[in-house]
Amino acid sequence: MTVLSTIFSFQFVDMWLRVATPLIFTSMGAVVCERSGVVNLGLEGIMLSAALMGVLGSAFSGSLFIGLLSGLAMGLFLSAVFAYFHLVLKANEVLCGTAINTFAGGFTVFMLEIVTGEKGTSASIKSMAFPTVDIPIIQHIPVLGQLLSGHNLLTYFAFIMVGVLWYLLYKTPIGLRIRAVGENEHAIHSVGISVTKVRFLAIMICGVMASLGGMYLSMGYLNMFVRDMVAGRGFISLAANAMGHATPVGTMLSALVFAFFDGLSNILQALKIPSEFVQMLPYAATIVGLVLYSIQRINAVKRHKAKSFA
Amino acid sequence: MTALRMEHITKVYPNGVVANRDIVFDVAVGEIHALSGENGAGKTTLMKILFGEETATEGKIFIHGEEQYIHTSQDALKLGIGMVHQHFMLVPSLTVTENIILGIEMRKGLSIDYTQSKKLVQEYGEKYHMYLDPDAKVKDLSVGQKQKLEILKVLIRGAKILILDEPTAVLTPQETAELFTELKHLRNEGFTIIFISHKLSEVRELCDHITIIRKGESKGVYALADITDEEISQKMVGRDVELTIARSEGKRGKTLLKVENLSVLEEGGKPRVDNVSFNLHEGEILGIAGVEGNGQSELVDVITGLGNFQHGSVLFQNKPIKYNHVKEIREAGIGHIPEDRMSIGIASNLSITENLLADKTRWKEFFGKNGLLIKQKIRSFSAKMVEDYAILCRDPEVPISSLSGGNIQKVVLARELSSKPQLIVANQPTRGVDVGATEFIRKQLLSMRDAGGAVLLVSSDLRELFGLSDRLLVMYEGKFAACITDLTSIDEQGLGRYMLGLDTQDTEMVMRNAQ
Repeated sequence: MTVLSTIFSFQFVDMWLRVATPLIFTSMGAVVCERSGVVNLGLEGIMLSAALMGVLGSAFSGSLFIGLLSGLAMGLFLSAVFAYFHLVLKANEVLCGTAINTFAGGFTVFMLEIVTGEKGTSASIKSMAFPTVDIPIIQHIPVLGQLLSGHNLLTYFAFIMVGVLWYLLYKTPIGLRIRAVGENEHAIHSVGISVTKVRFLAIMICGVMASLGGMYLSMGYLNMFVRDMVAGRGFISLAANAMGHATPVGTMLSALVFAFFDGLSNILQALKIPSEFVQMLPYAATIVGLVLYSIQRINAVKRHKAKSFA
Repeated sequence: MTALRMEHITKVYPNGVVANRDIVFDVAVGEIHALSGENGAGKTTLMKILFGEETATEGKIFIHGEEQYIHTSQDALKLGIGMVHQHFMLVPSLTVTENIILGIEMRKGLSIDYTQSKKLVQEYGEKYHMYLDPDAKVKDLSVGQKQKLEILKVLIRGAKILILDEPTAVLTPQETAELFTELKHLRNEGFTIIFISHKLSEVRELCDHITIIRKGESKGVYALADITDEEISQKMVGRDVELTIARSEGKRGKTLLKVENLSVLEEGGKPRVDNVSFNLHEGEILGIAGVEGNGQSELVDVITGLGNFQHGSVLFQNKPIKYNHVKEIREAGIGHIPEDRMSIGIASNLSITENLLADKTRWKEFFGKNGLLIKQKIRSFSAKMVEDYAILCRDPEVPISSLSGGNIQKVVLARELSSKPQLIVANQPTRGVDVGATEFIRKQLLSMRDAGGAVLLVSSDLRELFGLSDRLLVMYEGKFAACITDLTSIDEQGLGRYMLGLDTQDTEMVMRNAQ
């Protein structure tokens, strides 16, 4: 009962959205990349590096905006490196992504130590954080106000980005090209558009989204950088993208499902359940989710076939 | 007036292969000009140079009398040159409209103006008699419709010169006829069309002039009225080709393959093969005609063990054939020339030798007792195959994908026949294969029959079916619409009526004749 009552509380919703925010950002990036025919395994590393650079940038300039820019710059730089190796030098995308992740794991700790002298966290420097937002009027409405108001600026932005990316993919010329190049790159090439340019743009958009997801972790969720703080969220975002069939809305919903279990594990830690088991939950949920999704899709294909031959 | 002139085009690839040598290609405005030659002769390379997908090593291109430099397909499109590739360049999950406007999107603010776009698609469709539903998803279109879409795509981009690379290779006879009407209509509207094909009958029906290319060199340009079929094929192949197939009377032996009440059902229960029975005998070629998708492929899959079936039985030498027992089926003596040679006929990255050995990995003479390759024997075997089957290659160790379509098919044929099958299932054995190799393959199938083997020949080439078959079954919607025992009793039109389901023979008679 205590678990249920905790789940159906405003605090839980609040936490749910907090853990969902980085997943939504990054999985939106994964959607754009996947649609252009690129699987970007480097999301994890991009998030981590952007998380650190956001903290360092804001701490040294004293400006949140400069922090945001340095985080984005870092994410875009790594994305450009990924794109250059994968698109221009034709290196395998799995290798490129893994290289970015390995690099980021070492680079962030190295930078952290140079700047702060510590290897674990950036607690000794004062990072700026993205503010929480109270929505005027709505915040005073009972229930609704508590549900909708008082979240982090980036949380709102994450949900807005779902709509923006939906519009980008389905309503604009560049979105059409991204979807086309992912499905048949020869189609794009034959009408005289550069496949590399379209994919490069998709990877950069993905870089922005993953950077925002990373920065939320160190400048919203927490107020400092902790080594390896991304903890698999990049990969979970890829899973959300797969389960959401690379559609923005479906992927957002999948990200919310995964975040739900992440939130749940936070609550369960307070109970007497072994913490190792609890920490496993979000990942186990990811696997179960993917299995369920695949089963449902196979059935859907069967039904579709049966219908078209009936 | 010339629409385009390519002067002294030479293309040498970095690996030293000369694809085009000093070719002159001249096309007048408002004509349909055939570009013919065997597979690998350099037709497609020449057209890719014109369309900016390849750059010529030497030579000049003039469009409407002015010299132009075409480096990308974008340049070509700007000059009004459009190409419809042999393999469609479409995005299946997008709609007709989306595929057409790709790269030339009309905007309204930030968005694509879909209303205007659809209107444009409709307008062009009506103007050129190529009507397509603007909202239909490309994956739901038939092959013929996809081709229309490709042509519309090129027209909307303002092309005045259209290049069509073997457009009829994937079409049914009806779709081909429709395409020809559309192309003639375009010619009357003043468009210039380059029609790449090696099917003489089509070239003759459609085109005004023909340029023949052999081994990268131009063999001249002719008005079709002034040249005979024999002369054309002689120039294409470089020697005289027998266009008619010489064959002796077959000697029918005992029953080899017995198919009884066979049904193959789709998921959902619709029959793809519907309760068919037939026998195939030693020393016989049994042809199967039909518009593609009427159950021929499913039938072939069952006999070769690649596809499952729900009812009935298939007996080969009185032993039942079971689904997925490909190894047993092959060992029992059934060979298979698959329809899709690139994906299931060969492993494209492996060498010719390795492909030749693909079905012989259990042969002791090549692999010895300890399972190691006996290089010497393998080498002499593949050298012999390359010679016997006249496979044109630099060396049997080159990847098979570097060969032309006809030569790849010869490798498949060599592999299958060298395993000494008693029955060979040949599904579209000469599709997309040049004249010379076609002749060779047909002769091999005939000599297999004369040696007492059996051939099940599925083909969409009616002339091939008429020329090779001892008996002919016509499939329509999973059933046999007709069984023709005397091939002189029917012509192509009559056969076409059975293929389209306009006529059907009496069921009893079909049953009796199919035995």
